[in-house]
Amino acid sequence: MSIKMKLTAGLAVGLAIGVAYAAEPGSDMVSVKAMADALHMVMDSDRTVYTKTIVNRLVKQEKVIKASEHFEDDKALALPAQMFRFGAEMVAERASGNPEVNFSYSLQSLWPVNRQNAPKTDAEKAGLRFVADNVGKNYYTTETLGGQKYFTAIYPDIGVAPVCVACHNAHPDSPKKDFKLGDVMGGVVIRIPVGS
Amino acid sequence: MLWLIWLLVTIMLASWLGYAMLAERADRSVFMPGALSPGHHQLQPACASCHTDPLGGREVLQDACIKCHGDERRKPFDSHPKTKFQDPRNADRLDNIDALHCTTCHTEHQPGITAGNGLTQPRDLCFHCHRDVAEDRPSHAGMAFTSCASGGCHNFHDNRALYTKFLINHLDEPDLLDVPVVPAREFAGMLDQIIDYPLARYPQRPLGLEDADATFRVVLAHDSNPHEDWAATAHARSGVNCSACHRATAQDGSVVRWINLPDADVCGTCHGLEVERFGKGKHGMKQAAGLPPLQVSEARLPMQEDAAHERLTCNSCHAAHRYDVHYAASEACLRCHADEHTLAYKGSPHQLLWERELRGELPAGSGVSCATCHLPRVDMKASEWLTRITVDHNQGANLAPNSKMIRTTCLHCHGLAFSIDALADRSLVASNFTGRPSVHVRTMDLAAAEAERRATASGKDDDTSMFGF
Repeated sequence: MSIKMKLTAGLAVGLAIGVAYAAEPGSDMVSVKAMADALHMVMDSDRTVYTKTIVNRLVKQEKVIKASEHFEDDKALALPAQMFRFGAEMVAERASGNPEVNFSYSLQSLWPVNRQNAPKTDAEKAGLRFVADNVGKNYYTTETLGGQKYFTAIYPDIGVAPVCVACHNAHPDSPKKDFKLGDVMGGVVIRIPVGS
Repeated sequence: MLWLIWLLVTIMLASWLGYAMLAERADRSVFMPGALSPGHHQLQPACASCHTDPLGGREVLQDACIKCHGDERRKPFDSHPKTKFQDPRNADRLDNIDALHCTTCHTEHQPGITAGNGLTQPRDLCFHCHRDVAEDRPSHAGMAFTSCASGGCHNFHDNRALYTKFLINHLDEPDLLDVPVVPAREFAGMLDQIIDYPLARYPQRPLGLEDADATFRVVLAHDSNPHEDWAATAHARSGVNCSACHRATAQDGSVVRWINLPDADVCGTCHGLEVERFGKGKHGMKQAAGLPPLQVSEARLPMQEDAAHERLTCNSCHAAHRYDVHYAASEACLRCHADEHTLAYKGSPHQLLWERELRGELPAGSGVSCATCHLPRVDMKASEWLTRITVDHNQGANLAPNSKMIRTTCLHCHGLAFSIDALADRSLVASNFTGRPSVHVRTMDLAAAEAERRATASGKDDDTSMFGF
């Protein structure tokens, strides 16, 4: 390849990059979908670490403490799902004072122990059904609630440990008693306000 | 001529109203749209306690509510915290009732529509969100929504005593437990963990009369032997010398002046949690708002006439130098309060137990003083990272409704079923629990039926919410 051709090719590549950059001025920004995916990755990892390193290790392996839904009264560890919800509560409190990073998330299920955590909006109903029926896939949509438009992402929530499955199958308020390890037991719903 | 008079009157009126609005110490009662509720009436001279910005709106009032009541308005203490309704998925619920603002249900200056606990919403407000409760809880079918809170069962905010598993766990308890005793306070044994405690200045070691660092002797009208009184207290036993309370020091530790009458700020140097909670109750809320301490005559409850001019400070109950906690727990209350419940205390079963404890016939914590129930020993957050069993000096924290008292007080000695019935029996409360409950609340019956349903469904006792070895 001659030096002229090399220069021409280099110029063309540079031009293409420049055009692409100019055509998408926000391309150095993370997309709302990527932000939701990243948030979910953190949430999921933290909860998995808590489940394995704290709850399962201390309850099932070292057998030094119990884990309980009523952990204060029972002087026990909070369940992983509760640890997740408390984080969501704290985020709700902190995000309300900082609209720049406003988002919310919750743990829901088509088979909730607490009916408050059943899907409520159309997007939640469709998304939870989708992630239950399409193993390994996420569900993304937009919805308008209370006059605000949201990007809503729903991720499958898998029963990763025997304690997850056993608790739900045995809980008197659980509408489903035949979960197996690895089943989709519900979904994590993340909402990020977009537009107006 | 007439217009001149009109102009002058207008200017005078505007000046007077402007002065009342803006001057720091002006009487602003002319702006009062209606009498304050029992919970806030003491703050009438301090409009700015809630109306922190004269031009502010609802959010200003919301901030004021949270400033005093915010600690309890979050999970797990509150089952309906603001964050629940901030969740976009609950946006439709806000169309029914604006649960983001305290003033939606607690509108002040509206005595004509204010019910107990400062509620200014219809009593059946639970209907808005829980109309289908019977689908989850068939036992609740047909129950009136006006009875959710009035039946001795549910509270909108603090609902913790009533979750099903808790009720089931406390089924079949006797009226009086085998070991009826309240927990001991935690303080002296954990001073090294309380970061704010000035342990470096006052190392924990017993002091005697010879160690007192106020070397001059004084004779006080009410307290003739301050040194001897001090030497017999927990202060002396814990290394807290005269100078700890009486000597004001600068940042560098040098003595600035001698304080004759130490105030709540001085007490708060070591007992910060107690002073903070005192300021949140009716005894200390005026002082905490920067007003003169509450005078007994200002109270809306019946009070002893000869105490009318007393003012409520730390020393009202904890007389200086002696700091007699036994006196503070009972006699101090009786000196001022004169309502039917208080007057019935002497001779009541609870008071007889208290007398026996004071005589040493029963173990510590077996007697029931006024404070046992109204200033209970609660495992409270001393900081973000530490709890200690403390006397909760907010005497109203477990009242309104009185079922809040079940967890903090009654269950130390009584079964849950007995406690629920006793607190729902107004005549029994008035007689200071002399007798047995004549009222029966169905809460525990429903819990028993639910326990049976669960056992039948699973074929075993219900303990599935707890996982362990």
